[in-house]
Amino acid sequence: MDLNDIYTDIIYEHNTSKKNKRKLDNPDLIKKGHNPSCGDEIELSIKHEGDIIVDLAFTGQGCAISQASTSVMCDIVKGKSKSEALKLMETFINMIKNEYKSEEELEILEDAIAFKNISKMPGRVKCAVLCWYTLKECM
Amino acid sequence: MYDIREKFPLLTSNSNLVYLDTASTSQKPDVVINSLSNYYLKYNANTGRAPYKLSDESTNIVNETREKVKRLINARSNKEVVFTSGTTLSLNIIAMCYGMYNIKEGDEIVLAISEHHSNIIPWQQVASANKAVIKYIYFEDGYKLSKKDIENKITINTKIVCVAHISNALGIINPIEDIITKAKSVGARVVIDSAQSIAHRTIDVFNLDIDFLVFSGHKMYGPMGIGVLYGKEELLSTMKPHVYGGGMVQHVEKYCTSFLDIPQKFEGGTMNVASIYGLGVAIDFINTIGYQTIIEHERELFEYAVSSLKKLDFIKLLINEDISNHSSALSFIVEDIHPHDIGSILDTKDICIRPGKHCCHPLMDYLGVNATCRISFGIYNNKTDIDRLIEGLHLAKELFDNGSK
Repeated sequence: MDLNDIYTDIIYEHNTSKKNKRKLDNPDLIKKGHNPSCGDEIELSIKHEGDIIVDLAFTGQGCAISQASTSVMCDIVKGKSKSEALKLMETFINMIKNEYKSEEELEILEDAIAFKNISKMPGRVKCAVLCWYTLKECM
Repeated sequence: MYDIREKFPLLTSNSNLVYLDTASTSQKPDVVINSLSNYYLKYNANTGRAPYKLSDESTNIVNETREKVKRLINARSNKEVVFTSGTTLSLNIIAMCYGMYNIKEGDEIVLAISEHHSNIIPWQQVASANKAVIKYIYFEDGYKLSKKDIENKITINTKIVCVAHISNALGIINPIEDIITKAKSVGARVVIDSAQSIAHRTIDVFNLDIDFLVFSGHKMYGPMGIGVLYGKEELLSTMKPHVYGGGMVQHVEKYCTSFLDIPQKFEGGTMNVASIYGLGVAIDFINTIGYQTIIEHERELFEYAVSSLKKLDFIKLLINEDISNHSSALSFIVEDIHPHDIGSILDTKDICIRPGKHCCHPLMDYLGVNATCRISFGIYNNKTDIDRLIEGLHLAKELFDNGSK
């Protein structure tokens, strides 16, 4: 396995990016997620107007995959409705589990497609999906 | 020790593999692997009172291994050696069958902050059920258990002190002699978790006056699924059984039962005789090499690892500078790279280390770290393994430096 298939530029970039790694002022919802064995920890905060997620951000610490996945998720979920967000979540999880039907189906994931090869590392799947399961709990 | 490595088929058939996770589980020598199939090929029968030779042989295997364990830890009687599935079950039996009945409201249970979850959570259940208090011994400088805390936290109210001989996350040898002396001075019982020490150091339950000692077979070159609970005869005899059923009874009437004497009282159900056989072979394996040889080999490797890691300016070692306080494991943190990423990158070079919290959440919180990288040695490791680790760490650093640009 080539390391570059796993640790892609998007993962390096989002791992250190502070764009979404911040606290929201007056969030409507805060949810914590963690992976007990390895120490990935995130706290999502969300602002919504009606059905639309107008802003979301996170704080936390953990591996590059968990932190980058959360940052990318913030980017692509922002501005989406709750049902659209849930659709993204399902698509992401299907991609990671290698249970998707076509490449086209993954297109809605935008930059999150960068995590596709995590399916080759079973031990790291939980890192990539932590943020999405935490988001699901918010819904 | 290159010839020793030849005795481990998994390592010889994966010549590129660098296995630095013995603290999790050791690799197995051929004699242990063969013993498992030999058991099923030659001796398989249930133990107990069957009137045929095969069953007698199986029963003899259990008795012989019990005797080997007794000699290994210098117990007074083989009645004091109970077979369990491993350290976790052994600790749970002590907590549930001794702790629950002997630790009362206001009594104190003293633990080290570096304990594995399996030596914390059972005691939390006892404390919660019986309104007892848990107190922790913290560190002084260099991750050593604080002498002051040993002196002050163990008091006249302390009923039991439970500590690991060697901490699993940091590989520090705890001052169990001092802890036992203090515990005995206040009349407290002592539980020593030797899961991390039994493959690396001698432990003498009689001369150290240890009340309970626990360890697992799979960390000492033996099979998985077998472990030991040592308890002083006077304690085990008064404790209630943990599992009720076949193999542990004297008379069963419609509404009441009398139980066998120790140790069978704690060994209800069919025993894992194949693994008991394998454990006996693993003990012979260790005895043949000798603890002194093991200590010398692992000390040399440890020194080499520390001096090699110290040359990397992006690594923080969580070690005591006096390395005589260490056994065969150490933790480190790589600047700006999470341990899990390090573990995955090293894995692509066939280097196995253990990243994470090591079942020590309270310790990680106390140290203020999210997770660590832990390397640990066995008798089969050599300096090439360390060199490969260092190469792998350089690679991880380069990847993250370049990727972040």
